[in-house]
Amino acid sequence: MKLKSLMLLTTGAAFAAPMVLAEAHGNMADSMTLVSWGGAYQTSQIRAYSDPYQAMHEGLEVIWDESSGEAVARMRAMEEAGNITWDLVDVVASDAIRLCDEGLAMEIDHDEVLAPAPDGTPASEDFGDLIVSDCFIPQIVYSTTFGYRTDVEEWGGNTPDDICDVFDLENFPGQRSLERRPIGNMEWALMCDGVAMEDVYDVLETEEGIERAFAVLDTVKDSTVWWTAGADTPQLLADGEVVFGSTYNGRLFSLIEEQDQPVAMMWDAQVFDLDGWIIPEGLPEDRLNRVLDFVRFATDTQRLADQAQYISYGPARASSAPLVSTHADLGIDMAPHMPTDPANATRTFLFNYEWWADYRDDLDARFQAWLSQ
Amino acid sequence: MSATDAGDMSRAAADARRADAESTGPVLAADGSPLKVSLNRALRAQKLRALMLIAPLLLFVLVTFVAPIIDMLFRSVENQIVSETLPRTVVALDDWDAETLPDEATYAALTYDFIEAAERRIHTRLGSRLNYETTGLSSMFRRSGRGVDDVGEEYADQFIDLDEAWEDPVAWAEMMASSDWLAAQSEWAATLEAEGEDAAGPEPLFQLSDGIRTLLPETADAYRSFARTVQQEDQDSPLEEEPWNSVYLALYRDLVTVPAASVVEYDGVGAEMLVAADTAVDGFETVDLRAVWEDMDDGWVEMPIWETIEAFSDPYTAGYFLAAVDLQLTPDGIEQQPDEQRIYLLLFQRTIFMSLVITISCILLGYPIAYLLSNLPLRTSNLLLILVLLPFWTSLLVRTSAWKVLLQNQGVINDTLVWLGFVADDARLALINNQTGTIIAMTHILLPFMILPLYSVMKTIPPSYVRAAKSLGATQWTAFWRVYFPQSVPGIGAGSILVFILSIGYYITPELVGGRTGTFISNRIAFHISESLNWGLAAALGSILLALVLALYWLYDRMVGIDNVKLG
Amino acid sequence: MDHKLPPYASTGHKIWFYGFRVICGLIFFFLIAPILIIIPLSFNAQDFFTFTPEMLRLDPEGYSLKHYRDFFGDDGYPWRGLLIGAVLGAGFAGAMWAWKGERYIVLPVLVGALFGLIVGKLWGLDGAEWMTPLRNSLVIAPMATLLSVSLGTLAAIGLSQTHVPFKGAIMAILISPMIVPLIISAAGMYFFYSRVGLQGTYWGVVLAHAALGIPFVIITVTATLVGFDRSLTRAAASLGANPVTTFFKIQMPLILPGVISGGLFAFITSFDEVVVVLFVGSAGQQTLPWQMFTGLREQISPTILAAATILVSISILLLTTVEILRRRSERLRGMSPG
Repeated sequence: MKLKSLMLLTTGAAFAAPMVLAEAHGNMADSMTLVSWGGAYQTSQIRAYSDPYQAMHEGLEVIWDESSGEAVARMRAMEEAGNITWDLVDVVASDAIRLCDEGLAMEIDHDEVLAPAPDGTPASEDFGDLIVSDCFIPQIVYSTTFGYRTDVEEWGGNTPDDICDVFDLENFPGQRSLERRPIGNMEWALMCDGVAMEDVYDVLETEEGIERAFAVLDTVKDSTVWWTAGADTPQLLADGEVVFGSTYNGRLFSLIEEQDQPVAMMWDAQVFDLDGWIIPEGLPEDRLNRVLDFVRFATDTQRLADQAQYISYGPARASSAPLVSTHADLGIDMAPHMPTDPANATRTFLFNYEWWADYRDDLDARFQAWLSQ
Repeated sequence: MSATDAGDMSRAAADARRADAESTGPVLAADGSPLKVSLNRALRAQKLRALMLIAPLLLFVLVTFVAPIIDMLFRSVENQIVSETLPRTVVALDDWDAETLPDEATYAALTYDFIEAAERRIHTRLGSRLNYETTGLSSMFRRSGRGVDDVGEEYADQFIDLDEAWEDPVAWAEMMASSDWLAAQSEWAATLEAEGEDAAGPEPLFQLSDGIRTLLPETADAYRSFARTVQQEDQDSPLEEEPWNSVYLALYRDLVTVPAASVVEYDGVGAEMLVAADTAVDGFETVDLRAVWEDMDDGWVEMPIWETIEAFSDPYTAGYFLAAVDLQLTPDGIEQQPDEQRIYLLLFQRTIFMSLVITISCILLGYPIAYLLSNLPLRTSNLLLILVLLPFWTSLLVRTSAWKVLLQNQGVINDTLVWLGFVADDARLALINNQTGTIIAMTHILLPFMILPLYSVMKTIPPSYVRAAKSLGATQWTAFWRVYFPQSVPGIGAGSILVFILSIGYYITPELVGGRTGTFISNRIAFHISESLNWGLAAALGSILLALVLALYWLYDRMVGIDNVKLG
Repeated sequence: MDHKLPPYASTGHKIWFYGFRVICGLIFFFLIAPILIIIPLSFNAQDFFTFTPEMLRLDPEGYSLKHYRDFFGDDGYPWRGLLIGAVLGAGFAGAMWAWKGERYIVLPVLVGALFGLIVGKLWGLDGAEWMTPLRNSLVIAPMATLLSVSLGTLAAIGLSQTHVPFKGAIMAILISPMIVPLIISAAGMYFFYSRVGLQGTYWGVVLAHAALGIPFVIITVTATLVGFDRSLTRAAASLGANPVTTFFKIQMPLILPGVISGGLFAFITSFDEVVVVLFVGSAGQQTLPWQMFTGLREQISPTILAAATILVSISILLLTTVEILRRRSERLRGMSPG
């Protein structure tokens, strides 16, 4: 809606839509600021998306910012100030929903903005359910899952293969690491208290359910390191500080395959999450044109599949999956390391974004109070 | 200017006054003016010169530092969002009894407010704001935003069935708008057509005609809300857009209340349409607004939402400050938060307690070092001072991560202790990710801030006093405790307050090594700024922390004097 | 306590004397231990902050320079810069020789080469992971220092006059950047600078850091001014010097130590500051501490230890140079080194 009216304004209402697009892409800014998470993930984006794009567009300057962690706060402040300095922002799905809610991200028509699959399937079908918000352009599917050390003597040769082993200090003694926020932990705790996966949120809505979840978490409270940054668990596992910890599957991949540490993955009850682009609301015309051009390129079937050469996150397009090949540096087959691989995805869990939007403030306060005591 | 100098001057002034009083004629300065005037002038000039020298910096600090802080603190009471997003609802709730659900008119006001908010995409923002107070409102507002444009659709259909003209944007605009605006708008449209967007500039802002505003107040208000939103949000002309369903709702509500006679008397544009409609509305099928809102979300026919809007309708609120001390604003007044959600008082307590422990450890570790440094020959003490300054010049982040490596379970200290046999391999000390970790790392980081002021005070204590005490028969300890130590107390005071003030606001180190129990209130402030986005609460917590620090500063200034801080 | 044990000391006195030294030694060890830890770790062959078994066995396999290579990267034109700098230095030396007959050649060439090396390395590239933040830090910190030192020295001179109205309040305001908890300053500046369009600009970061450095300048300069003899400026004035000349010729040299030490504090405040820059800055102003912070939080990379080791070496070098210079000047002034 917004996009359409903006384009109409810029070119005059009389022109027909195809003309509009051609005209609009004529005037493009020669620099753009992309915002991402830094680290290996950003490197994979640079190598798969922006390097080839820059090779096609001589003289284009690409500036990378690593502020995705604070994207919502930053964009809100930018909007207050009326000075939008970002052109394209990589955020997790829940942040995209928030940004869209607050009117800070631009709503787009996915079929118009994004390229169709090679066989002509329109983008909205190719991405399918992963388009969780009108502003959200999905890139990857990642998961929060567990890694454990393979050299723990006390475990007597057993390896954990069930989410409830996290809370089983008897058979799997040792320090754990869990994220310092309720999201994910509460669900896992309830699932190990006998709640069926599909009932978790209904139970968590009740006072009794929250208490049940905390009671389960209580069992490991004192033998857990609570992490806040994605790099924490890999470091802790490598040091032997913890024997069992949750983190993003891509971090574990790099720990196991690239750094060659004695660590293995437990995929049971992995929590799927999405990551993708949003375009800030209110970009000037030339910058918007540049970004639209870049996004169309960077989210096409081949580019999404290319990213999987550098990091073990699953491409968001259905049509990209068959194109996933081997790791660019290690030469190993990447498909078995994807969270979406059938062997890994026997039992998976998807965040209920809407539910957490309501209960985040409340449960977070309770969770922090519980932690501090 | 030295103190003696000033003394001279004031003495001279006093002399002058006395002379003035005693003699009949005034004492004259060299230039012939009375000495009193001349001295005053000199004093004023001096004051002015001092202020001129200070002014640039003062201005600089006020603009770059003080203004931002005040601006942020202001957020802790600011609450315009409710009355700005739902202006009509807030007014309608003014004389609500708070016992039963609000009346139909309030639901109508809510409809007008909500559709505009949804079109401007600010309703979810209010939803997240109110969700801090009552859980569940965030998704309720989001859901309602999707359905609200259908409220009043039944009336729209009935009006359009009656006369197709009710569907015509132009007919609506001509009926509602002032003639001046209509002229300005058509001129704008012509310029846009002929010369393009740049020449045309923005659309002239929609204006109501006076007649319609008197006749149909709700409709006029609803239409203006629609017209301006369309102009500002979508850059479209109201002349090309069909009004929202809420406008038809307002029209229905106006027509059933306005006496038929005044409609008949009306002579503005579209009078016939109005008269026809007015006679027909009595036969219209009516809609229960409350039920419509209930369909969108059950929450709208329950009390909590209305109580929350009512409680937070003022443009300023104490709510954030209450939340910052574990209280909450409820319809029954101020209450304690439920047990399991109380956290901030605990964090404030912990912050103060840990800062105290850190300050005391700094005194215990810093005193011997400062003592040693001040009693060694300058050559040696300067070399040792490098050892103090070196950590001071090393990045805080690096030192913190070094402590991580040293303190963790499998870290250097534990490994050494196990190797020495002091600690069993399966009972390693938990030195990090708890309060111990924060205290050790922060003591290390803040120790130079204790040593430097202590050292500068101790350097000025003449060694002859202690020697005199000893020659008079005092033991080593007595001489130290009774003679030397009291003289070093100002240094302890200066160092302690400096360390305490700095540690109370620490953020990075507790974040990295504090774990579950070793974090400070600052960590929570940072969390609310960048993650939960509850900026009001962050500002309230910050204000309390700032008040605490300022009180300490005041104490410090009274006890030590800020001029007496020395750094190396 | 005296610094030497007298020959007649009793046993208790001896125990106390040596015991105290041991305690002090332990505290010094506490101060220095974290710095000693990072140096070997920066040569770790692995990507973690861990002493690996290979390192503990002193196996050369366990050590590597890879984090230093990562730190420096291979962009930029250091050698070209070095060459140009050396040539310019030689040219300068030649000019000086022709003009004044001075025959220093080694020093200008060395300084020119070093300067050229740094400029070539840091300014010849874009978006390098560590060199660009280093360059930003090297731009922002001196600018912030210059601002806070120039304004701060002026104000300190004003404050040291006898009749200053509202002195207490003014002092409190000027000291406030040191008192207010950093997180509050950062948040306030973040909101305010966003609104006036300074957020995410070089100037925004420079202004913020200058404000943070001001209390240090005020404190150190007013401290030196306390001992300043006003009759010197009056003497200069009575001999016909105008106020500006008096300031630069008489007052400035005497308070210079305070100004320099305040400037050093202001510099290190900016150079080591991470909380405010995280909020006020954006990608374009990423400083070295910022890069270290993300390095710690988002990537596991001992490169920050390499960076720290280099910085520590530089500060040891600087501190000892200052100490040597101080001793030399004392010797020259005929004062006993104590």
